[in-house]
Amino acid sequence: MTGQLAGAGDGTAAPADPAEAVRIEGLRKSFGANLVLDGIDLSLAAHEVICLIGASGSGKSTLLRCVNLLEPIDAGRIWLSGHEITADDVNENLVRRHIGIVFQAFNLFPHMTVLRNVTLGPVKVLGSTRQAAEGEARELLRRFGLLDKESDFPDRLSGGQQQRVAIVRALAMHPQIMLLDEVTSALDPELVAEVLDVIRELAGSGMTMLIATHEMGFAKDIARRVCFLEGGQIVEDAPPAELFTDPKDERTRRFLRRIVDAGRL
Amino acid sequence: MSRRRAAALSTLSTVVVLGALAAIFLAAPGSKQVRHTFFSPHAMWQSLIGNPKQGYYSVGEALWLNIRMFLAAEVLILILALVIAVIRQSTGPVLFPLRVLSTVYVDVFRGVPLILVVFALGFGVPALSLKVLSTQSAAVYGVAALVLSYSAYVSEVYRAGLNSVHQSQVAAARSLGLSQWQSLRHVILPQAIRTIIPPLLNDFISLQKDTALVGILGAIEANKAAELYSDTVFNYSSYTVAAILFLILTIPLARFTDHLIARDRERRLAGAVR
Repeated sequence: MTGQLAGAGDGTAAPADPAEAVRIEGLRKSFGANLVLDGIDLSLAAHEVICLIGASGSGKSTLLRCVNLLEPIDAGRIWLSGHEITADDVNENLVRRHIGIVFQAFNLFPHMTVLRNVTLGPVKVLGSTRQAAEGEARELLRRFGLLDKESDFPDRLSGGQQQRVAIVRALAMHPQIMLLDEVTSALDPELVAEVLDVIRELAGSGMTMLIATHEMGFAKDIARRVCFLEGGQIVEDAPPAELFTDPKDERTRRFLRRIVDAGRL
Repeated sequence: MSRRRAAALSTLSTVVVLGALAAIFLAAPGSKQVRHTFFSPHAMWQSLIGNPKQGYYSVGEALWLNIRMFLAAEVLILILALVIAVIRQSTGPVLFPLRVLSTVYVDVFRGVPLILVVFALGFGVPALSLKVLSTQSAAVYGVAALVLSYSAYVSEVYRAGLNSVHQSQVAAARSLGLSQWQSLRHVILPQAIRTIIPPLLNDFISLQKDTALVGILGAIEANKAAELYSDTVFNYSSYTVAAILFLILTIPLARFTDHLIARDRERRLAGAVR
């Protein structure tokens, strides 16, 4: 298959497997002289959950932002459900509506109520009627225990509630995949669980997810595969049982030792 | 210090300061002359109501032109300044020439004194003898000059407001699939406007006064009417009337601005202790 792709210079060639949700090949990205992603290859099957682990600055967040086209990439190609989204003629607004992303700092719109935060995308981007969008938004808010918050502004909510609203806001767009960028790192410890529970529920419902996280126990628990990043490369890519108990690469071992020493695993 | 004692002290110091100023004014050798020339109740009343047969207009009525010029200029400034600010904030390579143009525009009109812009438009454009452009009234050229000059300032106020909204808000908006324009319209601008309203109102207070500059083109606005009165009657009390009228116009806006600033501060403090 690699041979076929290598020959396809017209940007229309699709990867062979239609069940592949995301395919990343040779992704490189630098900020000025700082090389952040140094040749990432990664494939994510539909309904699969992959966790990205690694020290701060290893490139996890940048990788997620590149998949969502929030960062222009320097080299490489990305496919979403078989369609190349890094081709020149791709409308990035059309791509992004299919990809949900949740940020570390929630990034809710502070001037809108919870309900308006959730319905903005469906109404303005998908062209839903306000009524239909609100009905669906309430459904999602109920599912995640936030229905009584629909008229509140974000600054009245706890961090955990805000992050759950941010997840609902992304889900309201019916994304094909969810990208979660260290979504519990900005939360007080006692609020982490409520957000992780939501993500667990999503995984259980078959949502395809690429999750950058510092929560090793959670990664172990939820991911089908865990990728360890260092220096902008995927150093090791293995099922959690293998990666956490019997890491093959010395760099992975060193990272996990530090995590254990810090009492985080 | 108890609150009552503080109130008594501030009252006392106010009375002392104002009393001292009044004493200096009244004891000055030319006090009587100045009071007659600037504060003559008779002349003030005469200039306020006007008498066209005697060759001077009502300062009060002339103020209505200031108000109309202010309102027209205000609306146009809000629109033009926003367009300039958005162009200057844009990133697309296609808009590069427009970006350069708007940067030059802001530099030029912030640098050239407003009175020169008023002169240039008010005397220059009619001299061009163009069809429609050269046959407008002085008030129209005056408003055009105000709009050109103030839009340069106000576009910078807008820009500061746009920059005050964190990049993560743009990322969140774009990640939902909103276009650049939709993000600006629904996410960035509503948040930016909140921060820019006080400085914006501040510029508009100053705009209210600067409508007086249009008088140099011959438009009968309050300041010009006051000038005509003093030229006819040789008494400056008409200027005092004009000053009082401008104060009546600007003070409510100034108080309203203070009120908004205070409310915004309270809100932010309330947010911080959450």
